[in-house]
Amino acid sequence: MAVAFDEMNIPGGDLRPAYQELARWLKETPPEALEYRRQEAELLFRRIGITFAVYGEAESTERLIPFDVIPRIMSGKEWALLEKGLKQRVRALNMFLRDIYHGRDILRAEIVPDDLIFQNPVFRPEMNGQQVPHDVYVHIAGIDIVRVDANDFIVLEDNARTPSGVSYMLENREIMMRLFPDLFARHKVAPVERYPDELLSALRSVAPLSASGEPTVALLTPGVYNSAYYEHSFLADKLGIELVEGRDLIVKNNEVFMRTTEGVKRVDVIYRRVDDDFLDPLTFRPDSALGVPGLMSAYAAGNITLANAVGTGIADDKAIYSYMPDIVKFYLGEEPILKNVPTWRCREPKDLAYVLDHLSELVVKEVHGSGGYGMLIGPAATKATIEAFREKLKREPEGFIAQPTLALSTCPTCTASGLAPRHVDLRPFVLTGSKSTTIVPGGLTRVALKEGSLVVNSSQGGGTKDTWILDE
Amino acid sequence: MLSRTAENLYWLARYVERAEYLARTIDATLRVTALPAAYIGKTNEWDSALLTAGVAASFYQTYEEANEHNVVDYLSFSVDNPSSIRNCIEAARLNSRSVRTALTSEMWDTINSAWIELQAVWSKGTSTREDLAKFLRFVQETSLRFDGSAYRTMLRNDAYWFSRMGVHLERADNTARILDVKYHVLLPEEEHVGGPLDFYQWSSILRSVSALTAYHWVYRETLKPWLIADLLILNDTLPRSLASCYGNLVRNLDQIGVAYGRQGPAQRHARGIRNRLEHSNMNDIFQHGVHEFIQEFITDNSRLGEIITKQYLI
Repeated sequence: MAVAFDEMNIPGGDLRPAYQELARWLKETPPEALEYRRQEAELLFRRIGITFAVYGEAESTERLIPFDVIPRIMSGKEWALLEKGLKQRVRALNMFLRDIYHGRDILRAEIVPDDLIFQNPVFRPEMNGQQVPHDVYVHIAGIDIVRVDANDFIVLEDNARTPSGVSYMLENREIMMRLFPDLFARHKVAPVERYPDELLSALRSVAPLSASGEPTVALLTPGVYNSAYYEHSFLADKLGIELVEGRDLIVKNNEVFMRTTEGVKRVDVIYRRVDDDFLDPLTFRPDSALGVPGLMSAYAAGNITLANAVGTGIADDKAIYSYMPDIVKFYLGEEPILKNVPTWRCREPKDLAYVLDHLSELVVKEVHGSGGYGMLIGPAATKATIEAFREKLKREPEGFIAQPTLALSTCPTCTASGLAPRHVDLRPFVLTGSKSTTIVPGGLTRVALKEGSLVVNSSQGGGTKDTWILDE
Repeated sequence: MLSRTAENLYWLARYVERAEYLARTIDATLRVTALPAAYIGKTNEWDSALLTAGVAASFYQTYEEANEHNVVDYLSFSVDNPSSIRNCIEAARLNSRSVRTALTSEMWDTINSAWIELQAVWSKGTSTREDLAKFLRFVQETSLRFDGSAYRTMLRNDAYWFSRMGVHLERADNTARILDVKYHVLLPEEEHVGGPLDFYQWSSILRSVSALTAYHWVYRETLKPWLIADLLILNDTLPRSLASCYGNLVRNLDQIGVAYGRQGPAQRHARGIRNRLEHSNMNDIFQHGVHEFIQEFITDNSRLGEIITKQYLI
């Protein structure tokens, strides 16, 4: 594995410009003060109730995501490049989805193989020929980015279904500003607080034609037991919209209504944080108690906008991922600004053979997996684990892709033995409305707190950091 | 507002109020049972505590004897008792989480901090009397803080009125229940019995609805059973009296009716109960039978709960 890119230190002892002020501040600040602030931050998180649930754990079903008080800093110039690349990528994602559910030019051009679409469980035939307002499918995208060099930002994963984590981006900033006002005074940090506003206007802009002048937006949550419930309530609050559960909604004459104390009220746009499978028991899983019977027929009638649209999973599928550079080129005629991780598609015999020979060097992921579950990290795995995985892979090669282990960049992080570099990634949130695509500067930085670890997922011991984009 | 939100706010307030009432009941029972037997007679005060909490039947499915240890445990910490203080606090936290957007941060903070604090009590329990007293005080203070933050920080709209309705309906129920269980010591014909025996019973009743001091202010009298009944049933200056609860319920329902431009069965039913309370006096009630009066009230009160649910909450 290559040496990780250190975001603060240049080999040889110099500091990168964005971190100079932070380094000075760290020198002036005694370690106890940092530890004290860390505890204070934790207390705040608990009191505000910023917790998440870990599935499969009976005890302590609500946990805190560890918060690291050392910010991750990027220069405005670095961000500008990233922003351009993100907008390009999300534009392509939306065009790809529109095409897949309509003309299918990309399949005819044989850029993406047919079976990868039609045999894919996340492809939704219900969406064939379905018009969505302004052709926006992915209103909210969370693109996971890793950095491997000064100007090398690589997309690790596109999240085009119900990406989460934006509440941490916003709350981390709030808490940092409370705890370290002087540190903020010494930097010009681009603000993130307008995110809820931009989200609301993006959602309103895609209201169906049949909506009244002031469209009603609601956030659909699976409920208090969902791992991201805090975020749902947080966003509903910031957006000033109702936080609804499936049982709060009813469909009458192909229109969606919420039950209120004054009778029913029409809903025009649903920011849904419920997966496709659970949205409507009449169309998808009949055992879903989280959904709204009839929602899909109201959707087909064009009386409700779902954000994100149904069927976007086909664009962030890990098997499709490897085609993204071609997808960008195909629709936009531009070179992709953000790179992909080189990916072996285990469905292709040549690739599979290579992967089987190099399991101990590679990261192997389930095509439909998420949250860091079900993956093999070759260099960190025992022989037995690798062998077990090998069998799984042989049985069902089309279910997997493999990638080299990337040297994720590192940031200084508080550890038990003082500040030390830890690997980080970044999830910026890209919003697409009827007219524009916007990104608040920054995103959620996740950090692998264990020394040497590359897994940043909160469900697997990762933490978060505030992400600063300097406004130069 | 969403019906489910209104429902959660209403029940959240009820749970908090109930937790406080249970804490008061245990507190008052601990006081009275600490007295030498000669002062309280042979009644089992712990059994009364169960009855006023309305959980006697389920208690005896698990326990044989209503003694301090068992009853305190059942009313405070039992997971199997749906209305234990513990379950009330847990339900209040869960309801708060699902209606966070309708709560002010002060209200959320009250419930959430109390919940965090009490997790330790749930896992360790209270080993000493002092611990128990601290716990009971904490529960009462949480309710006060919750009520205070609702009063001081909530917008005066339907969210506030639904939450207030939960408080008053629950309160009315609690006061009525204690009267239901203790009515026999309030009967005037037992007046001649008087003496220390009943005095401690009476003060215990007043204490569980935090009205002992109020009694003296209102009547400037020694404790007399019919005055106690008058205070708890008809005196609308006492916040926990049935009359006061219904004054408030009618007001809150009217406010909702005005805001929504529509009245319904809930408004009519509440007004009916209030009118009956307004036009009653203790003589009539004693003639009619205190016990019957209270039982009717309990039925009417829970009926109002059902009507409110049907009209607004589902």
